[in-house]
Amino acid sequence: MSGREVDLQAANRRTIRRLLWVVAGMFGFVFALVPLYDVFCDITGLNGKTADGPAEAVMVEPDLSRTVTVEFVASVNENMPWDFRPTRVRMQVHPGKMYRTSFVARNRTGQTMVGQAIPSVTPGLAATHFRKTECFCFTEQKFEPGEERDMPLLFMVDPALPEEIEEVTLAYTFFDKNKLLN
Amino acid sequence: MLVTRLKRLLTASGGAALLLGAPGALAEYGLNLPRGVTPISQEAYDMHMLIFWVCVGIAVLVFGVMFYSIVSHRKSKGAVAAQFHESTTVEILWTIVPFLILVGMAVPATKALVSMEDTSNSDLSIKVTGYQWKWGYEYIDDDISFISSLATPHDQIYNENPKGEHYLLEVDNPLVVPVNKKVRLLVTASDVIHSWWVPQLGMKKDAIPGFINSMWIRVEKEGVYRGQCAELCGKDHGFMPIVVVAKNEADYAQWVAEQKSAASADAAAAEREWSMDELMARGEKVYATSCAACHQANGEGIPGAFPALKGSAIATGPVDKHIDVILNGRSGTAMAAFGAQLSDIDIAAVATYERNAWGNDTGDLVQPSAVKAAR
Amino acid sequence: MSTETTHDDHHGPARGLSRWVFTTNHKDIGTLYLLFSLLMFIVGGAMAMVIRAELFQPGLQFVEPQFFNSMTTMHALIMIFGAVMPGFVGLANWLVPMMIGAPDMALPRMNNWSFWILPFAFTMLLSTLFMDGGAPAGGWTMYPPLVMQTGNAFPFLIFSVHLMGISSIMGAINIVVTIVNMRAPGMTLMKMPLFVWTWLITAYLLIAVMPVLAGSVTMLLTDRYFGTSFFDAAGGGDPVMFQHIFWFFGHPEVYIMILPAFGIVSQIIPTFARKRLFGYSSMVYATSSIAFLSFIVWAHHMFTVGMPLTGELFFMYATMMIAVPTGVKVFNWVSTMWKGSMTFETPMLFAVGFVVMFTIGGFSGLMLAITPVDFQYHDTYFVVAHFHYVLVTGAVFSLMAAAYYWMPKWTGNMYDEKLGKLHFWLSTIFVNVLFFPQHFLGLAGMPRRIPDYSTQFTEFNQISSIGGFAFGLTQLLFVYIVYKTIKGGEKATDRVWEGAEGLEWTLSSPPPYHSFTTAPEVK
Repeated sequence: MSGREVDLQAANRRTIRRLLWVVAGMFGFVFALVPLYDVFCDITGLNGKTADGPAEAVMVEPDLSRTVTVEFVASVNENMPWDFRPTRVRMQVHPGKMYRTSFVARNRTGQTMVGQAIPSVTPGLAATHFRKTECFCFTEQKFEPGEERDMPLLFMVDPALPEEIEEVTLAYTFFDKNKLLN
Repeated sequence: MLVTRLKRLLTASGGAALLLGAPGALAEYGLNLPRGVTPISQEAYDMHMLIFWVCVGIAVLVFGVMFYSIVSHRKSKGAVAAQFHESTTVEILWTIVPFLILVGMAVPATKALVSMEDTSNSDLSIKVTGYQWKWGYEYIDDDISFISSLATPHDQIYNENPKGEHYLLEVDNPLVVPVNKKVRLLVTASDVIHSWWVPQLGMKKDAIPGFINSMWIRVEKEGVYRGQCAELCGKDHGFMPIVVVAKNEADYAQWVAEQKSAASADAAAAEREWSMDELMARGEKVYATSCAACHQANGEGIPGAFPALKGSAIATGPVDKHIDVILNGRSGTAMAAFGAQLSDIDIAAVATYERNAWGNDTGDLVQPSAVKAAR
Repeated sequence: MSTETTHDDHHGPARGLSRWVFTTNHKDIGTLYLLFSLLMFIVGGAMAMVIRAELFQPGLQFVEPQFFNSMTTMHALIMIFGAVMPGFVGLANWLVPMMIGAPDMALPRMNNWSFWILPFAFTMLLSTLFMDGGAPAGGWTMYPPLVMQTGNAFPFLIFSVHLMGISSIMGAINIVVTIVNMRAPGMTLMKMPLFVWTWLITAYLLIAVMPVLAGSVTMLLTDRYFGTSFFDAAGGGDPVMFQHIFWFFGHPEVYIMILPAFGIVSQIIPTFARKRLFGYSSMVYATSSIAFLSFIVWAHHMFTVGMPLTGELFFMYATMMIAVPTGVKVFNWVSTMWKGSMTFETPMLFAVGFVVMFTIGGFSGLMLAITPVDFQYHDTYFVVAHFHYVLVTGAVFSLMAAAYYWMPKWTGNMYDEKLGKLHFWLSTIFVNVLFFPQHFLGLAGMPRRIPDYSTQFTEFNQISSIGGFAFGLTQLLFVYIVYKTIKGGEKATDRVWEGAEGLEWTLSSPPPYHSFTTAPEVK
């Protein structure tokens, strides 16, 4: 083997090693994207998800001069034999003030079922300004056969909500947790 | 040689020529975007035409130069190749000029986009839910909700009968909206991703399970507008149309009243005893819109995908179990829970139909009261 | 290794089947890739014929909706990963060593591997057609939750995508290493032929994004079988995130399929214009900027998922920006032709056809970038027309052009010029009959991926289908031309074309088994 060829092989190996690092890095990057995506969404409200844990009860001066309409929408995902509806479909709220409302769910079946409610807000930008101190969506909800339950929601719209947003819809979708476990 | 040249010109300018040829005929032959009946669709249409003409302009210029060169700078005509192969001035120029054109287009596009995304101050909110393969509408203030399924009969799709005027674009229960009101549509889905689109209304929004999206429409003209699901959602993606009927204020109010009285009439009817003939007739209809997509019109299902009902253990076994499956679905399978979509009468009817059609002949009569009790 | 000793150079290829199975020779592997690509082009084309036959009339005539969806899904997967990408990799294998003055590819054994994975991957994918629940039918984009409804085919789909990814990554690594380390003395980067340049950039794109695709389908797999919920809203996941990840791969993927085409056309036009390529360095910069921009425009595939306004604006502006470097390329090609001394042999015809029709696809792409109108265009036949103009009259036409251009070099025989021209004209006419009406269908409101349509769309669908059948048949003529050229024909000179420039034309036709055993001196 000539010297040039030895050099070439060394150079090839070096290039391959670098490229393989890129491959490995990009493969890892995809999985890193999952938490990054959540962070990104939290900041930008990209997919309209609200926080999945209770917000701290902060005291802010309510902005009584401003009124925001909040709509409540309830859905159940496929195969979920529950009834689910908001007790009030619409509320006029002042940013900074705490409000209470509730949703009613009923398990129509003869079996004990566990459901998880997933919140979603539109417009998405409002999601991060929706502060919930108590919500049935923070935990899984277990329902006995035929059980009907009124589930409270304590929330506040942050005064930092952008001015142009006058109407916010908060939607919950119940997913069947049993099915997921099966 | 002239022929080949002509052919080339034709292929290049074919599109433009077709569109240029008959502006009046555009709508008639369905060549172009509809102008639509909402401010959004009209804005979209104007943007579309603007950018189309900009593209045509650039195309005429670039292809013009190119074809001139192709015709005159050929070896067979004795052309001798020039030596130039770069020019910084020209290259900078044709980077900057397109950039400026793009900026010119971005300005109106931004304006249009901002107004489209403004869903606040609406007069009415309707929740739109995509199901495999139908749409559900819920007027959240009026407590009206219904399912909207394809109304085109099976035999037209399978070419056994002539196709109707609105083949595949007709539904049993259209969405009804008032004209000149800002209607906010809250779009979501129950199983997979769908997309709600009516071209004349100018907007399309994906319906995603677990998420809520919003869009708004303000229909400025009374009429019937038709569209389709625009996101692949499985087998019958092509068979879940959308029909929107825009009514004036008085007609709309009347429609709302009718819906409410129909709901209470339905509730009253659910109390009485139904006859076999009534249930079978209604059941056949319900079956065609809600069940036949999977279990097939002949009740034989699709082996490996959807089970047969003909002679099945459920449809010929205990009535309670049968009602339970229809009401609550079957976990882990494609069988959806119809409890929220169908009324007591519909479920009673379809259960009766399934127990007596295709030679199942159980003779069972399922009354709406039995369904109500099972809920 | 092929570079090791001199006596190796006298070795011809081994005989019989083992020559092809064990080959480490860049030309043999290039040939295998190209023939595989042609085979897949025919298989995928046959699926397109099923689609066009079903869409010839409203109503369901030939296939059931579920099978129709399988056809659209498989057609896309096979054409993208089986026909276009291996086609370009085959060209790279044949041409890159010859163009840069190297004896062979840098990693010949890996080269063998990266090819032979492909037949297994596609056998696996095609076998799903015979499985319970049918072949994948959720679209080649594999969006959850729909893709989760795939039957037994699901793991086969995922693994075949993995295999295709591994094959592409190995091929790309090989190409980068070859170009970076094996150039002849004097062959500086800015002296490389544009085909080599575009492939270098393409290979980097492949290395960057194929792992992203692999990662996203792996997540689908674990979601389905191992209880994770990356994309399942019930478990806190987000189906839209899949779309973001997929298109982060998917948009660069689109350029993976078009950048080598730019390279090919940039080789062919100067040859037949008998004039140097106009703006060589701006071509390189334009290619690089397109590659860079491809990483920040992905969400224009998903304007309707409900992004915040700022997101929509960002992706709209970034997407519109792509028109600038793409425009530069088109202007450069036209300027190369300007005041040339042109002749129009088949490769040039295909190249000119490429410039015109790819530009039409570019215009519709620009229209699609405008978000407020994209809400109307999205997921309609307008999009179908757009990407077929870019991929068929773009990528596939460039592959045809390349085949005619280099076939005399590869085989030593001239192809039949009359038949070649006939092939071009029939293809060009029918491809437009096939895809141009689809613009109208989309604008008039026909969604994509539907097996049946309302009666108002009948006429344009019939025209389109007729164009489709004719275009399909025309490609059999191409198969015949290739066969005839391999079998024999007028002997080609070393230079083949009067205006051809570049190292590959200094070799004999056909070239020796090992291209440059002594590196040529490039001035």
